[in-house]
Amino acid sequence: MLEVQELRKSFAGFVAVGGVSLTVETGQIAAVIGPNGAGKSTLFNLITGHLQPDSGAVRLDGRDITGAAPHRIVRMGVGRSFQRTNIFPKLTVFENIQAAFLVHHGRGLNFWARSEALYRTETAALLYSIGLDGQENTIAGTLSYGNQKQLELGLALASDPRVLLLDEPTAGMSATETHETIRLLERIAGERSLTLLFTEHDMEVVFSIAQKIAVLHQGRIIADGTPEAVRNDAEVRRVYLGHREEQRA
Amino acid sequence: MTTELRTGEAVAPAGGIVRSPAAAVPLRTPLVRRIPWTLLVFIVMATVPWLGSRYDTFLAAQIVIDALFAVSLNLLLGTTGLVSFGHVAYFGVGAYVCGILMKTYGVPFVIAFPAAGLGAALFALVSGYFCVRLIKLYFAMLTLAFSQIVWAICYKWNSVTGGDQGVPEIPYPHLHWMLSLPGCGDLSIGDRFYLLALVLVAVSLAVVHRIVRSPFGRVLTTVRDNPERAAFLGINVRAYQLASFVVAGGFAGLAGALYGIFSRGVFADYVFWSKSAEVIIMAILGGMEFFWGPPVGAAALVWLNQAITDYTQYWPFVLGTILLILLFVFPGGIVGGLVAGFRLIQRVGRRRLSPRHA
Repeated sequence: MLEVQELRKSFAGFVAVGGVSLTVETGQIAAVIGPNGAGKSTLFNLITGHLQPDSGAVRLDGRDITGAAPHRIVRMGVGRSFQRTNIFPKLTVFENIQAAFLVHHGRGLNFWARSEALYRTETAALLYSIGLDGQENTIAGTLSYGNQKQLELGLALASDPRVLLLDEPTAGMSATETHETIRLLERIAGERSLTLLFTEHDMEVVFSIAQKIAVLHQGRIIADGTPEAVRNDAEVRRVYLGHREEQRA
Repeated sequence: MTTELRTGEAVAPAGGIVRSPAAAVPLRTPLVRRIPWTLLVFIVMATVPWLGSRYDTFLAAQIVIDALFAVSLNLLLGTTGLVSFGHVAYFGVGAYVCGILMKTYGVPFVIAFPAAGLGAALFALVSGYFCVRLIKLYFAMLTLAFSQIVWAICYKWNSVTGGDQGVPEIPYPHLHWMLSLPGCGDLSIGDRFYLLALVLVAVSLAVVHRIVRSPFGRVLTTVRDNPERAAFLGINVRAYQLASFVVAGGFAGLAGALYGIFSRGVFADYVFWSKSAEVIIMAILGGMEFFWGPPVGAAALVWLNQAITDYTQYWPFVLGTILLILLFVFPGGIVGGLVAGFRLIQRVGRRRLSPRHA
């Protein structure tokens, strides 16, 4: 269970996150939505230790992880992917995932073993499960955009997280890629009974897989509940959903 | 132009982009890969005292020692993605530790040599602790600052380092036993020390090679490619950068120890910052993306240096021009250029073969 309590962060007077509280139950798929600049990425960066909150707390299964270094938070079981694709571009697909396994199993300070022989089976299995089998020897930086996103998901999964935070997992993807990614996420979350928290612009994606939605607006949560409840919330319709429909019209 | 060349080099004809030899070469291992190149180079280098002149041995020793120095730098530059402008500091610490131990305290080489590596690694641990707290240009500047501090200490601390007089006449290690080996009876002490240095460098390179290919080395490449992402894999980025800095410093110290004995003395000049620039040039010239790039760069620079000085005193000018041309034509350095050329030949050859197979 991931609990965020009264989290605050401002940058030079600008309040990016102004007292956000949010709970994601174990095994739940939850989405944070909101217009650009609502504070979604800042919220993620606060949870994963990339930014230090001014006040408030983040708890993972009751344990306080507020403000710990990113690499420690990962070891406690919180994985994440990024809005801008974040892989190791000069390494091969295989080496990307294998490096994540090496680190997860604490082998990083082994100066002597031949690394190419380690975690081959695990790496192959994970590549198969994220649909990148057959691309082992491709240089990661030359993969298609959608494949890079898949690889990034693989990097997050290799550390066997209990909670996974995905920042716009389908950003920049074609309709087909988006659809495939959602199916993939749903399947993997189910298989691993992951607690999933993601941000997303595409409302279709959000309403098709999220079991719970929190709406962030100007650094505050203005609605939090089931997709049905959020869809019918007057405030949400006014500041966000309605606004978007007007834009489209 | 640069990007075109780089992609051209990596793209395989099958549509996918492949790097493993098995995928690039479907039929059989090509001849060029079956030749034990490293062994061959070692054997050729080992015959220099017999087949070459005294001057050849002198150049070969310089190449061998610079090769180790450049490989140690490339652990930072090519593997970890850290640009150190002060790598000569660790080379210098190694040279002084070994030189002072052997000359002033009469410590035998078997102890002084590893002590030089340890001393340099220890100093790298202290200075690196501060350096890895900064990034990019600031990191580079701080490494430069530390190396200039080392230079100033070497230059001024008369009672220990001999100040501007340095530590002259460092004794050679005891290498009489070599004379009793078959065929070695006529070797001068300089030749014998060259052979010792060659073996020590070969062993050191083998160790560095193993480290680069170890899980630790793999983690360093993730830190190089994307430090932010690496942290989110659970990697303590600074700790790994520091570890890499210490290992690189230690091997630079070993190279420095050999250099002090080779040039019969250790002087403050060795620690001057321009030597740091020289070793960066070696790594880039040879190709920092390849393990054997820096040694090739070291050989090229030493050879170019002596070849050009024979003709003109404007050696830095000629060198600069050569570097400029090389880096524009072969952005991957000499080794990168060779690899690209080899792949091109392979592709053309396969295209010629394919109609017959079809």
